[in-house]
Amino acid sequence: MTEPIVLQPDETFVLNVGPQHPATHGVLRVKMTMDGEYIYNAETVIGYIHRMHEKMAENRTYSQYLPNLSRLDYLSAMAYSHGYVLAVEKAAAIEVPERAEYIRAITVELNRISSHLVWFGAFVLDLGGFSPLMYAFDDREQILDLLEGITGSRLTYCYFRFGGIYNDIDEDFIQGTRQFIKRMRKALKMYRKLVTTNIILIKRLKGIAPVSVDMCQRYGATGPVARGSGINYDVRKNEPYSVYSDFDFDVPVFTECDAYARYNVRMEEMEQSLRIIEQGLDKLPDGPVNPEKKPKAIKLPPGDYYSTVEAGRGSFGIRIVSDGDKNPYRLKLRTPTFSNMHLFDEACRGMLIADALAFMGSLDLVIPEMDR
Amino acid sequence: MIIETVTSQLLELFPEYAQATEHVVEIVALEEQPSPEAKKGKKEQLVTRQNGLKNCSYDACGYHLDLQLSTGQLLAATALLFKNGFFLETITGVDWIKEKQLEAVYDFSRYDFDLCRVVVRTRVPRENPAIPTITGIYSGASWHERETHDFFGIKFQGHPHLIPLLLPEDADFHPLLKDFKA
Repeated sequence: MTEPIVLQPDETFVLNVGPQHPATHGVLRVKMTMDGEYIYNAETVIGYIHRMHEKMAENRTYSQYLPNLSRLDYLSAMAYSHGYVLAVEKAAAIEVPERAEYIRAITVELNRISSHLVWFGAFVLDLGGFSPLMYAFDDREQILDLLEGITGSRLTYCYFRFGGIYNDIDEDFIQGTRQFIKRMRKALKMYRKLVTTNIILIKRLKGIAPVSVDMCQRYGATGPVARGSGINYDVRKNEPYSVYSDFDFDVPVFTECDAYARYNVRMEEMEQSLRIIEQGLDKLPDGPVNPEKKPKAIKLPPGDYYSTVEAGRGSFGIRIVSDGDKNPYRLKLRTPTFSNMHLFDEACRGMLIADALAFMGSLDLVIPEMDR
Repeated sequence: MIIETVTSQLLELFPEYAQATEHVVEIVALEEQPSPEAKKGKKEQLVTRQNGLKNCSYDACGYHLDLQLSTGQLLAATALLFKNGFFLETITGVDWIKEKQLEAVYDFSRYDFDLCRVVVRTRVPRENPAIPTITGIYSGASWHERETHDFFGIKFQGHPHLIPLLLPEDADFHPLLKDFKA
């Protein structure tokens, strides 16, 4: 296992960032070849928390695999379980009651906000601003409490079932969520005044870390990274799934291609998620949340199925290859951060190291999701 | 519509597939029938699929075009998809141990609203799995190919840096092979 020899200019040195470094938010290592403060070359080393979720799928039944999905991305776990249940339901032709789909959409969007809030706090912390983290975590705490009330867990939710959800939401949740929407709208205004228009933040992010449309296409970047480069791509709009076509919401797209654009995409997205939640609560139909006949042992007809959802970080795809058995023959998880992080090596060349850390923050990395 | 454009361009590239398309449509019709048929016909499912282009029902399986080709044609097809504005969603493998074959699966999708998902597959013998790399066209294929090499041992010829990505750096096993024993 020898590495190819790269010819380097005389005055460079290698700087090892990670595996344990505050700016990597997890165990990620970047070997940076530096020319003074400038990055000459970078090589990302991942796989430190690889757990082989795809092999686990082959040894479990479809239902037994449900909890694994929320261990991929611990910040927006709902979206990942959503992708999985949708994939299996589509392949097995299981009908889902409308109320269950609405509740799914509401909880996924709440989870998306909580995920963006962690990113927001941690990102600004990377840039040297400590206090926004405290505000962000305070708001996020409200979401975690709401979701804990209905799902029973605070991060690694296993709330969705094939054909429905674990249990119905109650009046407390609805009232609490409505209060949260009011609170969050105020908070977003405050964030705009406190952080978004802050001159130090703008100086640190504007024009930094450009990611071109061409680069997005070559690397398959999705989510806020692509939308910050002017690509109007959101799976919720491009391939409407669940009940998303019932909601009126916009997809924020910024064409500047820099770190500030990616920052703004996520800040706007929180507002849009609030709109979806509000409409979901208004339109919430009555009825059961599980089908009358709950599917027990699930077996998919032999074939190859692919399904995608918009997770907190981009498009999350699942490929299930079934041979008709109770376990999947092969299950592939396509995680967005994997593709989004890959472009870092190419894009950070010639960048100042401080800018590269801002770049890494703007990609919104969740390492367990990348390593799977 | 991009589906028609891509289909005609692909068929132009591989004229021998035009016939295969017709042949394969029958298979699609078979698959869409409910499961009792599939259970009975389990043995027939094992018959190796012929190379060719297959129009799939997006609602049933989640993609529009399913192209199976020989390794020699992979680069031409990938370049065609790149030129038409597709981005690389993912690369993975499947171990068809009964047929003694490994399959590499490439997923492509589009950023615009002209929805078209394309799956490209290629099969290689299990004893000597070698597939040309597509990193020259899609830079992002690099990690996906390294991951597939980790899990299945498929050698991507011409890959600039084919070392373990997710597995330990001295790993000499391929955990997603069906005959892998931990």
